[in-house]
Amino acid sequence: MTSISLSHYLVLGALLFAISVIGIFLNRKNVIILLMAIELMLLAVNLNFIAFSHYLNDIAGQVFVFFILTVAAAESAIGLAILVVLFRNLRTINVDDLDTLKG
Amino acid sequence: MIFNDFIFYALAAILLFAGIRVITTRNPVHAALHLVLAFFTAAGIWLLLEAEFLAIALVLVYVGAVMVLFLFVVMMLDINIDKLREGFWEYLPMAGTIGLLMAVEMVMVLSGKYFATSQVVSKTADYSNTAELGRVLYTDYLLPFELASVVLLVAIIAAIVLTLRDRQDNKSMNPSEQVLVKKQDRLRIVKMDAVVEAPRVEASAAEKDKS
Repeated sequence: MTSISLSHYLVLGALLFAISVIGIFLNRKNVIILLMAIELMLLAVNLNFIAFSHYLNDIAGQVFVFFILTVAAAESAIGLAILVVLFRNLRTINVDDLDTLKG
Repeated sequence: MIFNDFIFYALAAILLFAGIRVITTRNPVHAALHLVLAFFTAAGIWLLLEAEFLAIALVLVYVGAVMVLFLFVVMMLDINIDKLREGFWEYLPMAGTIGLLMAVEMVMVLSGKYFATSQVVSKTADYSNTAELGRVLYTDYLLPFELASVVLLVAIIAAIVLTLRDRQDNKSMNPSEQVLVKKQDRLRIVKMDAVVEAPRVEASAAEKDKS
């Protein structure tokens, strides 16, 4: 059998998740990169689900990944629509300029 | 099975490289393209885990639809990259520390003996991942499946409504205004005298007398 165990995949998912957390810190002014970092996080979570599904021989994990993909697609569509409206109104996507609600 | 190990490590290295490039590259278009690479590589890893349907769905849905949407938006917006990169190096020490701590903690937990299992129940030759997923999806998870379609519908409507612009120069009709129209708005009744056509009748009568 292969020597790749469940923990290999889980560690890979954890590293990918940590990378996207760092990305959110670094690019906290750029909304587009923030959305991409969120997509990477969801990918890491999905990787965990599928790894567990494979090693525990339970198809339910893949069903959950299916739903996460659906919700993530909806989320990115609405997020990008909001981004386009934002840019149309303010001519910027800099997070620091979005202070209209501060009063 | 040294070949499987090699493929796993190669794909993992490419995935981590693509992830790092997504968050560090200057140009948002390059970030989006590296995200495409990350999704592609993740689909390869899912194939290693025998989740064939989801791997193909990831490529079709994410690389085919979501990332193209991302690229469109990135190219449509005229953004000042240097302004957005302000504070990148300033935040790096804190971000690196927190990320590294998170990674170390998670690795310490996940590389314990509880997750060290590597034996897998081998499937029979006629096992179909797609058929099995479909069977579960349409029986046990039917209601969540329907709800997912509602979520997608809401997302479609929300995206269209958000980005819809009311243009002043278009020639479309407004059905609600059309329905609300009253008779008085369109129709004007005018009172006027009846027209008398006497001379014409006399002329034809005179002609009849002549013949």
